[in-house]
Amino acid sequence: MFETPQFSAALPEIFLLGLTCTVLFVDIFMTARTRIITYSLTQLSLIVLFVITLMTFAWDPILTFSGNYIADSFSSLTKLVMIMLTFFVFVYSRSYIKCRNITGGEYYILGLFSLLGMMVMVSSHSFISLYLGTELLSLPLYAMVALRRESALSSEASLKYFVTGAIASGMLLYGLSLLYGATGSLELTAVSEHLVATDKVAIFGMVFVVTGLLFKLGAVPFHMWVPDVYHGAPSTVTAFITGAPKIAALAIMYRLLVQGMPSLMDSWQQLLIVVAILSMFFGNLLAIAQANVKRMFAYSSIAHMGYMLLGVIAATPEGYAAALLYGIVYAVMAVGGFAVISMLSKVGFEAEYLDDFRGLNARHPWLAFILLLCLFSMAGVPPVFGFFAKLGVIEALISVHYVWLAAVALIFAIIGAYYYLRLVKIMYFEEPSKMSKIRPAKDALIAVSINGLALLVFGIFPSQWITLTRTIFGA
Amino acid sequence: MDKLHILIPIIILAPLVGSIMAGVFRHQLGARGAHAVTITGISLSFITSMVVAKSFVFGNAEAVDIVFYQWVASGAFNFHVGVLVDHLSSMMLMFVTFVSLMVHIYSMGYMQKDPGYQRFFSYVSLFTFAMLVLVLSDNLMLLFFGWEGVGLVSYLLIGFWFNRPSAVAGSLKAFLVNRVGDVGFLLGIAMILMYFGTLNYESIFPNVTAVQNLTIEVIPGFHWNVATLMCLLLLIGAMGKSAQVPLHVWLPESMEGPTPISALIHAATMVTAGIYLISRMSPLFELSATALSVVLVVGATTCLFMGILGVFQYDIKRVIAYSTLSQLGYMIAACGASAFSAGMFHLFTHACFKALLFLAAGSVIIGMHHEQDMRKMGGLRKYMPITYVTFLIGALSLAAIPPFSGFYSKDSIIQLVGESTIAGSNYAYFCVVAGAFVTALYTFRAFFLTFHTRERMDEDTRRHLKESPWSVTIPLIILAVPSAILGYFMMKPMLINDPTVLGASIVVSKHLDVIAQWREHFEGLIPMIVESFHSLPCWLALGGIFVAWIMCAKNPEWSESLKKRFSFAHMIMLKKYGFDDFNDLVLVRGTLGLARILFQQGDTRIIDGWVVNGIGRLINWFSFVTRKLQTGYLYHYAFSMVIGLLVFLGWLTVGL
Repeated sequence: MFETPQFSAALPEIFLLGLTCTVLFVDIFMTARTRIITYSLTQLSLIVLFVITLMTFAWDPILTFSGNYIADSFSSLTKLVMIMLTFFVFVYSRSYIKCRNITGGEYYILGLFSLLGMMVMVSSHSFISLYLGTELLSLPLYAMVALRRESALSSEASLKYFVTGAIASGMLLYGLSLLYGATGSLELTAVSEHLVATDKVAIFGMVFVVTGLLFKLGAVPFHMWVPDVYHGAPSTVTAFITGAPKIAALAIMYRLLVQGMPSLMDSWQQLLIVVAILSMFFGNLLAIAQANVKRMFAYSSIAHMGYMLLGVIAATPEGYAAALLYGIVYAVMAVGGFAVISMLSKVGFEAEYLDDFRGLNARHPWLAFILLLCLFSMAGVPPVFGFFAKLGVIEALISVHYVWLAAVALIFAIIGAYYYLRLVKIMYFEEPSKMSKIRPAKDALIAVSINGLALLVFGIFPSQWITLTRTIFGA
Repeated sequence: MDKLHILIPIIILAPLVGSIMAGVFRHQLGARGAHAVTITGISLSFITSMVVAKSFVFGNAEAVDIVFYQWVASGAFNFHVGVLVDHLSSMMLMFVTFVSLMVHIYSMGYMQKDPGYQRFFSYVSLFTFAMLVLVLSDNLMLLFFGWEGVGLVSYLLIGFWFNRPSAVAGSLKAFLVNRVGDVGFLLGIAMILMYFGTLNYESIFPNVTAVQNLTIEVIPGFHWNVATLMCLLLLIGAMGKSAQVPLHVWLPESMEGPTPISALIHAATMVTAGIYLISRMSPLFELSATALSVVLVVGATTCLFMGILGVFQYDIKRVIAYSTLSQLGYMIAACGASAFSAGMFHLFTHACFKALLFLAAGSVIIGMHHEQDMRKMGGLRKYMPITYVTFLIGALSLAAIPPFSGFYSKDSIIQLVGESTIAGSNYAYFCVVAGAFVTALYTFRAFFLTFHTRERMDEDTRRHLKESPWSVTIPLIILAVPSAILGYFMMKPMLINDPTVLGASIVVSKHLDVIAQWREHFEGLIPMIVESFHSLPCWLALGGIFVAWIMCAKNPEWSESLKKRFSFAHMIMLKKYGFDDFNDLVLVRGTLGLARILFQQGDTRIIDGWVVNGIGRLINWFSFVTRKLQTGYLYHYAFSMVIGLLVFLGWLTVGL
């Protein structure tokens, strides 16, 4: 029996696909001088896409395309956030890639395809669409990391990312096939109905699947690619990788584990606890040893993924809401942090060592202040937004009596505060080692100001976000 | 009332915006721009406050609780940002913004040519913002935010001239002593949260009786009444901020700040926050007669004994500072006698005449080229006539000479304390009556030494003596008006009318309501003046002026011979009863000594050596070792993934 799918539910994806193809087509006729048209068209379509997604915000879940695709408030919200993040990253990218001879057209088109992959991911409701989305997200990213073609560092990072990513994809696919074997279905509702907690094959498959997802998040011990890729990729691409894809990975983790395998909860909860502790431990500790700020942020992202998982571990609606909020907050602050890094760089010079940030306050107080907000947010200092993100996951843990895990998380948060504050100290209390002027592009400066101030404003007014995320999970 | 939704944010935020602009854009705005934006902000706030207060003071508007947004919800606790606009807070609003506006205008003259001009205006506006938050908040959390905000700005402004060692020491002392009070206050807030589950006034006050008969066992074996303990903890907070014995030591030191600040923060507004807190929490205090007795005794003690110290000071600002301590004692004592309205009444009149006195003293200080020692002044009345007259009005009001404002409020407090029958009220009555004499004595001693008597300044200073500029004298003149007549007009609304203008903001239980008892034999404003000439306090005040005249102006040598004869007592006074020495010897040195032992043995060796640096070293070492795991070889990466996968598989499927 075939029923016509509800195309309107997938309107954002359809629109994005159409527009990406249009941009691709238009870009063929662009020369280096008129490339600004590609950029403008891309940004314009992102704005329109944002509006469309907002208009079709699905408060009531719609399951369509034979159960492969779901549009609910969770997917709508994450899509909105991802579109916004992509928009901001492109603003930062415009001037950055222009002075590095990275061909503009490909950059934006790859980014748009990746965004499409993420949107498919968060709306996926079967193994097929889930895997499709994951691959569509990853493949453009591999290429984007290597866009700085003459740089050996970038090529190496890209290759490492690609090979390990292929292994992870293999694991994910293998796990999905095992689950299909155990349940005889690809669709998540059916899978959840047929899964039995004692089925060894199902647990076997679950471990493979979770491994593949943890790779996307960059959690220990599947994190090895993170520092190399963050370091090797152009700073704006790093900003792109660290933002929206993490939210997408969290989203499919929620779809698969919570909606697809609730009966295996005991097993995946145990698994995630170990991974979360390892991530917080290695992430925070190794970040201390880094002299390169991009690598430091890479390890910090590993640690943050550990915190985000804590919300999933709590396995309550409040916990999922806290994890989602953590993911969003993390994406915003990490994008802001990498944006500042990209803006400090100049032609032929990448600001990435701690030394390059010395006395930043004297050189450009406003950028220093924005970075300060991002760092405080990462360290979880009130009243910046990051504090409430951490508070949420820890509160969720305590309410399900994982007090010891909450205590462990706090201890690692304190260790983590060390390297964030060290960077603050370097920016504010040390003399600059060079006094060359920093001239960030106007549009990027405005965007990064919005980005950083959002952390402060939502830190003072956090309750709307908390209520919104809780409503989505029915808490 | 939708109007308030717009007006209240304007009142609170206008000073904040001014402060941020003057602070952040200080180079772009320049001196003129800085005072322009801050004065515009505060004027806006003042005018709006008047509009809001009108419906409460002259109309009979109902109290309005506006919740702007919920800040955070954690478990069962909700914290929101909201304001309670009622009679009490709208009256406070009016006075805070009024005095602040006067001080802003005055500072244009006083701070002229100071290198930190913009910074000063930014701080003062920031202070006003914090004070308004404190006054308007509808819950203890936001009140605490404002409380700490004013404390912070007070610290910054006392140490405004941060290259003066005495200013830095003074600011540090104020900060530390306030910490002591704040610990008590914070514990009190925590206790309220524990028993009521909320910090919102509107949820606490209807349910206060719930804690009436509960007891708490802090030290095993001792059962304390919960309400009493709560009130005492709140009182400790109030004692810190309102400088009551023994937490008063910071206020005289705070005079190191610029004089406008002394007028605004350390006389009219911030230091009265304690009285505001106690009045606001009146439903709670009324539950515990014990707590009220403590409040009464603390207030009365401060009132008399700090006043006496004022007689022995030679720094003109310190005299007024001790006088502030003493007057705050009156207000606290009034609260202790359950005459909260009288305490608030004195707060309002005091805000006017004390601000006036400080600003007039500041005017003298400008004239004397920043000389504050009264022994080097004298005879200033012919050089500075406006300052002279306004200072005299302030002094008469402070000394409670009828019919000036201070007379009504202070005489009411004295009579009401006399009416009170709770434990300690006899002692308190003695203190407040004797205080009347002392007040007049030190006030007029300062007055005579400064404006009359022989000219003792050096020739160079004398030649440059002239009246201060208009930006200084205009605020003096404006403030002189309420200092003279405000009491007459506020007496009836504040105390006699039933209900009073503070209306339902203040709750007094029937058997403690001294105002109601006193009200019955109140005959009128004019009879009150006539009657006062048959009563002790008024004659004591006049006597104080007379003694001041004899001792300082007429026969200065008498005071010298008295000093010699009672040299021991005189020394005690100069040592300020030894509070500072006690603090220095026991608290500072004792703490330092204990700290040194703990530091050398405990901290350096064990905690730093083993624990902190040990852990730090361990983490660093570990971090540098484990980073070697990140080899950069692709096959290691793949290997780690596979190992991780296998371990998890083994663990979860086989159960290894």
